Amino acid sequence: MSERFHEVAVTVNGEDVRERVDARKTLVDFLREELALTGSHVGCEQGVCGACSVRVDGVVVRGCLMLAVQCDGARVDTIEGVADSGEIADLQQAFIARNALQCGYCTPGMLLTAQELLARGGVPSRKQIRAHLSGNYCRCTGYQAIVDAVEAVAKTRAEAKR
Amino acid sequence: MRITDDSPPIVSALDRPNSYIGRSVPRPNLARLTQGRAQFVSDLTLPRMAHVAFVRSPHAHARIVAIATAAAAKAPGVVAVVTGAKLAKVITPWVGVLTHLKGIKSAPQYAIAIERACWQGEAVCAVVARSRAEAEDACELVEVSYEALPAVADPETALESGTPVIHPELGDNLTFERVHVGGDPDKGFRDADAVIETTFHFGRHTGVTNEPRAILADWNEGEGRLTVYQGTQAPHMMQNLFAKHLALEEHQVRVLTKDVGGSFGIKVHTYADEMATVALSKLLKRPIKFVADRIESFVTDIHARDHRVKAKIGVKNDGTITAWEIDDLTGIGPYSVYPRTSGIEANQIVNLTGGPYTCPNYRARARVVFQNKNVMCQYRAVGHPIATAVTEGLVELAAAKIGMDPLEMRRRNLIPDDAYPSSGPSGIKFEALSHHESLAHLDAMMDYAGLRAEQKRLRAQGIYRGIGFASFIEVTNPSAAFYGIGGAKISAQDGVTMRLDAQGALICHTGVTEQGQGAEAVIAQVAASSFGVPIERVRVITGDTDSTPYGGGTWASRAAGIGGEAAWQAGKALRANVLACAASILQAKPEHLDIRDGAVVDRDGGNERLPLHELARIAYFRPDTLPPGFQAELVATRHYVPRAWPFAFTNGVQASYVEVDRDSGFVKLLRHWCVEDCGTVINPQLVDEQIRGGVVQGIGAALFEHCIYDARGQLLNGNMADYLVPMAAEMPDIEVGHVVTPTADSELGAKGAGEAGTAGAPGAVMNAINDALRPLGAKPLTAMPFTPGRILQALGRISESTPT
Ligand code: FES
Ligand code: FES
Repeated sequence: MSERFHEVAVTVNGEDVRERVDARKTLVDFLREELALTGSHVGCEQGVCGACSVRVDGVVVRGCLMLAVQCDGARVDTIEGVADSGEIADLQQAFIARNALQCGYCTPGMLLTAQELLARGGVPSRKQIRAHLSGNYCRCTGYQAIVDAVEAVAKTRAEAKR
Repeated sequence: MRITDDSPPIVSALDRPNSYIGRSVPRPNLARLTQGRAQFVSDLTLPRMAHVAFVRSPHAHARIVAIATAAAAKAPGVVAVVTGAKLAKVITPWVGVLTHLKGIKSAPQYAIAIERACWQGEAVCAVVARSRAEAEDACELVEVSYEALPAVADPETALESGTPVIHPELGDNLTFERVHVGGDPDKGFRDADAVIETTFHFGRHTGVTNEPRAILADWNEGEGRLTVYQGTQAPHMMQNLFAKHLALEEHQVRVLTKDVGGSFGIKVHTYADEMATVALSKLLKRPIKFVADRIESFVTDIHARDHRVKAKIGVKNDGTITAWEIDDLTGIGPYSVYPRTSGIEANQIVNLTGGPYTCPNYRARARVVFQNKNVMCQYRAVGHPIATAVTEGLVELAAAKIGMDPLEMRRRNLIPDDAYPSSGPSGIKFEALSHHESLAHLDAMMDYAGLRAEQKRLRAQGIYRGIGFASFIEVTNPSAAFYGIGGAKISAQDGVTMRLDAQGALICHTGVTEQGQGAEAVIAQVAASSFGVPIERVRVITGDTDSTPYGGGTWASRAAGIGGEAAWQAGKALRANVLACAASILQAKPEHLDIRDGAVVDRDGGNERLPLHELARIAYFRPDTLPPGFQAELVATRHYVPRAWPFAFTNGVQASYVEVDRDSGFVKLLRHWCVEDCGTVINPQLVDEQIRGGVVQGIGAALFEHCIYDARGQLLNGNMADYLVPMAAEMPDIEVGHVVTPTADSELGAKGAGEAGTAGAPGAVMNAINDALRPLGAKPLTAMPFTPGRILQALGRISESTPT
């Protein structure tokens, strides 16, 4: 059994974490089950729905397609982290104002993925926003309110820069 | 930042000062959902909690010969391995029938199959372990020997004499049959100048809630109490069922529903694996958690919409519709789902077909049959998408046949707006609808004439665009006529208890539940308006059978219309109580006072007399200063159930604008419109977003979603990569407009809005595709989903036998 478990050192939302993890454990299960960070969700476990989206070393990945052991030495940011840091406060506010979430299950993944697009700067077209979010499944909203919210934030951020 | 809302606030007749009714107030519970601080059932853990995984039948139909559990029982982390026979000692089986669906029959269904597995995916053994991973590992070690039995897969042959009968004790595979004749259909067809006949097929599909079904059951042997955390739409219904089948009293069962990751009718039924989880908790005396994985969801979440409808319409050359006829056949799996039954969808198709129109001549037959596939039951807009697509498909085929514009055809046949009260061809009763006004609104909103001109221009360039419509009606605010009269313990009434807290805030407990649709916000808006406090001073508590008034929950678009009215009445009652108290403090007459913006004021002039926090302080902490004999009552409860009408029908019309690529068969959705009339609009933004989300679910049905089974009853695409759902890139923006015809059954006048989008969209998209392809001489497409392959077949570009 010994080779099944590995020690990993990960910086999660700025906190250093050391854990022995089962080699087969996915990153999202590790976050949810070992660290009780239940803001990242599980919808399909096969990389299709995007509910498990988290950031690893600054890049949004599917937490169900990456193993926890692969994150040794990495920096992982989850919705809890970006919410607490204030990084996406404007985006969260826009989602609330526009009712861009109904059940909210897709929302953490949606916010992180949208933030990745917004961080590139500029004002993406609605088509570009839709394309960027096309790997994140939302059963409730029909997507339009989400696109509206992301577009509104892109405009405000671009204006603030000017 | 400016966020636009294309629906202007609608001024309400409910003229309380500082009313929140008709305003797009943001939902109070959203912030935590955007911060990863929600509490979905899948997030919860309890001390001593164990996880269950199920061994599921790989066969559509098989006898269970033996189950060897010894190896699994010894596997790491395993707590127990439990077969159906063992579990049946703590939980009784159920039968999904209702007495008002005459003749409906089904067989007893067990929490875990005992002798036979009747569909691929039915649980045959449970493994409980300390982690889900260990439980799944041990499932691999359970050896089940099966004797495969012939599977009944095709509804078309389910009733033939050579087909095996799935439950021999029932005599045949017929679950339910309904025949209806209204008016004189034979004469109607004789009077027609043209009769159009076709067959519609609807793909079996499912809800794909983003959070799969999840339940955590905690039997506390010391307390003799069962606490169930469940993502459900109907906590009190589940409380009743858990008690009934575990031989408990209802007061021994508490169902708690916190955040639910999408429902849409999927989470309002009794699932065998959830019942098994609860029974395992009782058996093992510890908390047991079950979260369906996505593969399990596809083979066990209810499916819906698998219907074949032969349909016929008679029409005169002046556009008058003279008769309708439908013959519906649907396969619902091996059991009628408990307790709502699997007969309702077909029953609704009979009820709703032809519903928006004046022509009364109608013949309908619906047959519901058993088969060895996953069960089917009520999913968002139950039966409506089918009845609407059939009706509207027939109307547009008839219009094309006689060369009439499809909107003109509707103008000549829709029930006139001044003809109410009225009824549909099946006898369903309408209080007041607005088909013509809705149509006129849509016509203007979409610039129909301009769009037709554009379509014509582009056709000359070889670009094929189509415009399709669907007028629809929607059942909302159901009375006891839906389930109660059939013997199901599903409450049609709902209640709100309102309490003034010690600082003058308003605490509301309600039996309706929040599934993301915004019920909490709506209750808060109504409560704040009715009682008279700022909405920030209102807290709404839902989803707890220990503390909320007994109620039905959230389904059939009832939360706003029924829960909202209860909140309105409770607010009025509590206002009267509080004013009585204020009057005694102020030595005034209650009728001279009112509550506005959190303070007691003079009714005339609005002078502030006493802030509510001061009133609460006196009533709770210094009641000794109140006049002798006066007792303040700062809690009030009111209930509501519709009585004058069995249902509050809503109506509306949708339009779809599509472009079809002749070479690839791909359909591009360009624009979509919906005008709907849900009576008083409490929160325009929430209504619009219900419509949009619903439309997109309807588009999924029209273009993508299909549970594909082979002839042996095996689901071939039961995962999210192979079962296609609407994603952001392919969806259009959707414009929503409103007409407002309040129901007079309640003071609030609100009807439901949760299902209208899903009801109308598939028919509108179908009609748009056929409109696009008509000049190419394509055979009308009537089998959903309209995949590129099916479109190429209709265009004659690939052969009918090419698998699509
Ligand atoms: S759970 Fe990872 S993509 Fe769906
Ligand atoms: S809000 Fe429910 S899945 Fe997106």
